[in-house]
Amino acid sequence: MPDNSELVMKGVSRIFPGVRGGQPTEALRPTDLTIERNDFVSILGPSGCGKSTLLRIVAGLDRPTTGTVTLEGQVIRGPGADRGMVFQSYTLFPWLTIRDNVAFGLREKGVPERQKWEIVDSYIDKVGLRGFENHWPKQLSGGMQQRTAIARAIANNPKILLLDEPFGALDNQTRGLMQELLLGIWEREQKTVIFVTHDIEEAIFMASRVVTMTARPGRIKSITQVPLPHPRHYTVKASPEFSELRLKLTEEIRGEAIEAATHG
Amino acid sequence: MHPLEPISPRSRVLLGILFFVLFIAGWSFATFGGFVSKTFLADPLTMLQDGWLLLTKQGFLWDIAITVWRVVGGFILASLVAVPLGIAMGAYKPIEALLEPFVSFARYLPASAFVPLLILWAGIGETQKLLVIFIGAVFQIILMVAVSVSATRRDLVEAAYTLGAGDNGIVRRVLIPANAPDVAETLRLVLGWAWTYVIVAELIGASSGIGYMIINSQALLATGQIIFGIIVIGVIGLISDFAFKSLNRWLFAWRLA
Repeated sequence: MPDNSELVMKGVSRIFPGVRGGQPTEALRPTDLTIERNDFVSILGPSGCGKSTLLRIVAGLDRPTTGTVTLEGQVIRGPGADRGMVFQSYTLFPWLTIRDNVAFGLREKGVPERQKWEIVDSYIDKVGLRGFENHWPKQLSGGMQQRTAIARAIANNPKILLLDEPFGALDNQTRGLMQELLLGIWEREQKTVIFVTHDIEEAIFMASRVVTMTARPGRIKSITQVPLPHPRHYTVKASPEFSELRLKLTEEIRGEAIEAATHG
Repeated sequence: MHPLEPISPRSRVLLGILFFVLFIAGWSFATFGGFVSKTFLADPLTMLQDGWLLLTKQGFLWDIAITVWRVVGGFILASLVAVPLGIAMGAYKPIEALLEPFVSFARYLPASAFVPLLILWAGIGETQKLLVIFIGAVFQIILMVAVSVSATRRDLVEAAYTLGAGDNGIVRRVLIPANAPDVAETLRLVLGWAWTYVIVAELIGASSGIGYMIINSQALLATGQIIFGIIVIGVIGLISDFAFKSLNRWLFAWRLA
């Protein structure tokens, strides 16, 4: 395919109907966005800006009121294994061991036993959870659970990986380590990734492009290239280039955050 | 003693036993002290003697076996029908819309009130006894299972969808395993209620069973036997409840991990 664009959103909007005769909520203004293959895009915005709604529409878990999303030319009509997702809440299946959790999608696909466990074990290694394969999710810390959730999504080999504030519930130190881990996997494996966050530093550190969104109703405010070289080390966060980007995005987001805080 | 403050396992067991001791002491005081007429309430020793005679001379073990078989039989029949229906109702909203109003209504029909009708329909044999328990249990199980399945964590269902699960996969690999512990807990609860229905069924039109023995003893003013029968039911209930709880803990260890 000569066209290198993987995911194309055209005029995607979402209006939630009013509850009990109330006003409908416009969560997302018609939005256009194109994401290229193996791109790592962060979507940054204050809470309630529709960034999660946008991601859920791409995942097929929510339907746009207008517009279409296409993945490799195919219109998205519902959820599917080609779009893996990691949620902010811990969504490991509590009745399955870590190993069986990671194997969930492969089993659904009907991958042969031996090959399945090879893939599962290799991803368990990559997220550093060897030795915990037979634990239940409840026995693991939040960071380990999210690592499993990442392994579970990538083991399924999706065309695009969607992350909805995956490290939002983690403490600061764990969060930093998780960012490096995910970035390391991305640098090695090359995947198309959309990463939703409200953390400016996280958005810059992870991505090659940062898309900022306005307060409700959400729409794209700006798209910023992140020209920092790969592989990125956490020390890049102290570099002047990084600070400059942080300052620029902070300015942009600040106004929106104030808007969101006053109008809710 | 402070609110919600835990106590040691040892004192928990001791306190639990203490109340049984107090209860029997109160009973002994009332009967041996002559405060209650022997006609109306047998003393603990008479009760034990009567019980021994029942077991050794009057084939009460057979009655116990018959009653257990009725409870378990009716309960298993009800579970086989109700659990799949409840899962289908919880998972698929049109099925819920179709059945929920009727099941909610039927749930309040007292099983005991069906006894005369069921005698007309099914006679006084085993079928009638099983049907009483079936009617008493089936609607309760359907509704409770449907409620659990409806309340399945949405994010787990969504995660399964993004991992490529289809509708069938969602039911088989998310809704059922996620709710299996709740379903087991529901069954444990309803089994307890089934014991109430079986005795009612045996009080009328029966020729065997614990309930039959009780109603017979009433005619003979044998209160010792009646009390022994009641205690036997309590003990069996306690044992089955304990077995059910242990089984659930073993089956669903992931929940406690």
